[in-house]
Amino acid sequence: MLTDDILSKSRTVRAQGLTKCFGDVVALDGVDLDAEAGQIHGIVGPNGAGKTTLLGILLGLAAADSGTLEVLGVPVGRALAAPDGVAGFVDGPGLYPALTARGNLAALAALRGPGARTAGVDEVLQQVGLTDVADDRVRGFSLGMRQRLGLAAALITKPRLLVLDEPANGLDPAGKRHVHNTLVRLAADGATIILSSHRMDDLAAMCSEVTILATGRVVFSGPLNKLAGENRELDYRLRTSDTGAARRVAAETDGISVVDDAGPRPDPEVIVVRALVSDLDELVPRLVRADIAVRELAPVTSPLESAFLALTDQQERESSR
Amino acid sequence: MTVTATTASGEGLAPPSVSVWRGYRFELVKLLAQWWVRILIGLCWIGPAVAVIVVSGQNSLPADTLFGRQMHATGWAGALVVLSFAGSWFFPLLTPVIAGDVFSAEDRLGTWSHLLVAVRSPRRIFLAKALASLTVLLMCLPGLAVSGIIGGLVVGSRPLIGLDGHPLSPAEAAGTLLLAWLCALVPVLAFAAIGLLASVIFGRSPIGLLLLAFGGLGMLLASQVLPMPAAVRVALPSFAFLSWNGLFTSPPQLGSLIAGIAVSLAWAATATALAYVIFMRRDFTSPANDGSVRRAITLGILPLLAVWVLSAGVVAAATGATGSGIDAGKLQRSLATSFGHLYVVQSQEVYHLSVTAAQLRTTASCAKGQGLVAQDGPGNDWRCSVYWHLPGVSNATGQAVYQLDVSPNGRYVADGDGPNQVNGYFVLRAPYGDAPNPLWQFDGLVDLLGPASKG
Repeated sequence: MLTDDILSKSRTVRAQGLTKCFGDVVALDGVDLDAEAGQIHGIVGPNGAGKTTLLGILLGLAAADSGTLEVLGVPVGRALAAPDGVAGFVDGPGLYPALTARGNLAALAALRGPGARTAGVDEVLQQVGLTDVADDRVRGFSLGMRQRLGLAAALITKPRLLVLDEPANGLDPAGKRHVHNTLVRLAADGATIILSSHRMDDLAAMCSEVTILATGRVVFSGPLNKLAGENRELDYRLRTSDTGAARRVAAETDGISVVDDAGPRPDPEVIVVRALVSDLDELVPRLVRADIAVRELAPVTSPLESAFLALTDQQERESSR
Repeated sequence: MTVTATTASGEGLAPPSVSVWRGYRFELVKLLAQWWVRILIGLCWIGPAVAVIVVSGQNSLPADTLFGRQMHATGWAGALVVLSFAGSWFFPLLTPVIAGDVFSAEDRLGTWSHLLVAVRSPRRIFLAKALASLTVLLMCLPGLAVSGIIGGLVVGSRPLIGLDGHPLSPAEAAGTLLLAWLCALVPVLAFAAIGLLASVIFGRSPIGLLLLAFGGLGMLLASQVLPMPAAVRVALPSFAFLSWNGLFTSPPQLGSLIAGIAVSLAWAATATALAYVIFMRRDFTSPANDGSVRRAITLGILPLLAVWVLSAGVVAAATGATGSGIDAGKLQRSLATSFGHLYVVQSQEVYHLSVTAAQLRTTASCAKGQGLVAQDGPGNDWRCSVYWHLPGVSNATGQAVYQLDVSPNGRYVADGDGPNQVNGYFVLRAPYGDAPNPLWQFDGLVDLLGPASKG
C-alpha cells in the first residue's frame, strides 16, 4: 500500500486507455502511458500514429474522448485543465517573429506574472545557446534556432513535465548538443521529459524509456534495453584484420549467419552478420582465438530503429487485415 | 466525453491563472512590435495634419467631400474633411482588417497551441485580443482627430458654415467636431467586431481578408450610393459614419444620428457574440484553421443579415420612414433654410448689410425631372426656385433658381442657376481673402428619417 503511494507520487504522467477520435478517424486507441520524475521518455511512431495527438492531450490542448489521465498528480478530464508545471510545444514552437528572442521570452514571463515560477530570461537563453542572438528578431532565425528558442520558452516556466514534439528538427550538431545537454540536465533535476522524434539516434542517446505507437495503439512501451533484448536478430557490421577468415569463423558459429548484402557501398574489409546478442558473445572470443583482430562491431541499424520498423510493420499488417 | 477523472493524489497544482490584464499586455506587446502597426499609428497622428495643410493651400479643393469646398475659408472644414474621408474609406475598409489580424496572425504563425498552453483559457484569450485590437484602433482614432484639428488650426480658425448655411463660431465648430468624432467611434466598434468575426471564422485564409474588403466596400456603397429605402440604409453600420452630418444643422438632425448609433451597437454586439461563441468552440489541436464558406455563411453572414433586416424593421416602425427619405417638401425646407442663412452671409460680405434670415421669409419650390417623374428620391434632376422678401423693400420678392444633385444618403449639392448677381459665380472679398459667392454652390442635408411632407 505504501509502495503504491510512493510510486504514484513519483509518477508524473499516468494515462490509461486514452482514446481520441476525430470524426471517423481514431487517432488514439486505448493508449497507456506512464512516466516518472527524472525520466526522458520517447514517443516513436510513423506519421499518423497519434504522437502529436497524445502530446497535445498531455499539454492540455485537447481532452481524450475516454480513458483516464493524471498529470503531476492532478486528474485531467477536460481541455486546458493541465496543472501548472506542464510546458512544451506541439507542431513546432510558438514564436512571434516581430519580437526579439529576448522579447519573446520576456513577454511570456510577464504573461505568467510576478508570483509564478519563472526562470530568468538570460539563464534559459544561455542554456539553449542563444545568448549571442538574444536581441535579434526571431524573423531571421533558422529552424534550428527557433527550435532552441521554443525550448527556452518552455524552460522559462520551470516545467516539471516538459512535452516536446520533434525538438531536434533542423538542429545542427552544436544545437543538438545544447538541446541534449539541457534536457539531460533538466531530467537530472527531477523533471519529466516526454518527446517525440523521428531520429532514432537522438532517442537512443537520451531516452531511458520509449513508447512506440502505430495506428493509434501502443505496440511497445518500456526501457530501451528491453526493446533491444526483445528484438530478435540484428545485422552487425564486423571489421577484422582478416575478412576471409572472419567470414569462415562466423559461418561456423551457431546462431550466426553471414549476410551477403552488405548495403549500397560494400566495404571489402567488412562483413555483415545476423545474430542475437548472445550469439555475438560467442563469436567474438572465437575470432580472438583464431588470431583475428576485431576492429569494429556495431549494429547496421540501431536496436530502436530495428524494433520500430519490425513492430510498426507488423502492426500495419495486422491493421490492414 | 466519458473521461473518468481519477482521484487526485494530493499534489493539487491548479492550472496557471493568467489574468485578462496580463493577456492584454501580452497581445499589445505583440501588436506594437509589428512595423506596420507602428507605421499606421504614426500616419494617423501625422498624416491628416499634413493633408489638411497641403490641400488647403491648393487652388482646387475636394468639393466632392463634405465641407471640402470650405477648406480655404476655415481650418475646421479641413478637420471635418478628415473625418468624412476616414468614415468613407479608412474606417470601413481598414478597421476590420486591423481588428481581425490579432486572431488570424496566430493562425498564420501557428502559435495557437503555444498561447493556449501559456494562458489556458480561450475566454481570457478572446477578451485580451479583443481589447488589444480595440486599443490599437483607439490609438489611431484620436490621432486622426487631433492631427486633423492641428492641421486646421494651422490653416486658420474661422467660423464654419453649417449644412443649413448657419455659421458656427470656432468654439461651436470645435465642440461639434469632437462630438462627431465620438459618434464615429460607435460604427468603428461595429466594423472592428465584424473583423473579429471574419478572422475567427477564416483564420489564416485570405478569403477572410477579401471578404472584409468587399464587405466594407459593399456597405459603403449601400449606405452612400445604392438606391434603397432610408430605413434599410440607416440599418447599415456604415451609415453611422455619415450620420454625424446631422450635427451641423440647426436644429441638429438627431433621428438619423441616434438610429445610426443604435444600429452600430447592435451590429457590434452581435458580431462580437458570434465571434466569441465560434472561438470558444474551436478545436485548437488542428494546426490550421482555414475556415469554410458554409460556416462563414451560416455563422457569419446570415446572422448579420438578420441584424440588418431586424434593424431596418425597427427603424421603419419607429420613424415611419418607408421610402427613400427624400421628397420635394424636405428639399424645399432644407434649401430655403440654407439659402436664407447664406444670403445673410453674402449681404454682410458683399454689401455690408445687416439682415436676418427671419426678415427674408425664404421659401422654395422644387420639382424632379421637370415634374414628369415621381417627386421623391435622389437624383441630379431636382430643380428648385427660391423666393425671399427683399429686406427694406415692401412687397418685393426675389427669386433664384438652383439645380440640385441629391445623393441617396440625403446630402445634396445646390448649384446656382441664376440670376448671376444672386447665385452666380463671382469672387468677393472675405476676411481670409478672395472667396466665391457663398450662394453659388453649397452643400445641404435632408433628414432621411424626418417626417415626410404631405401631398
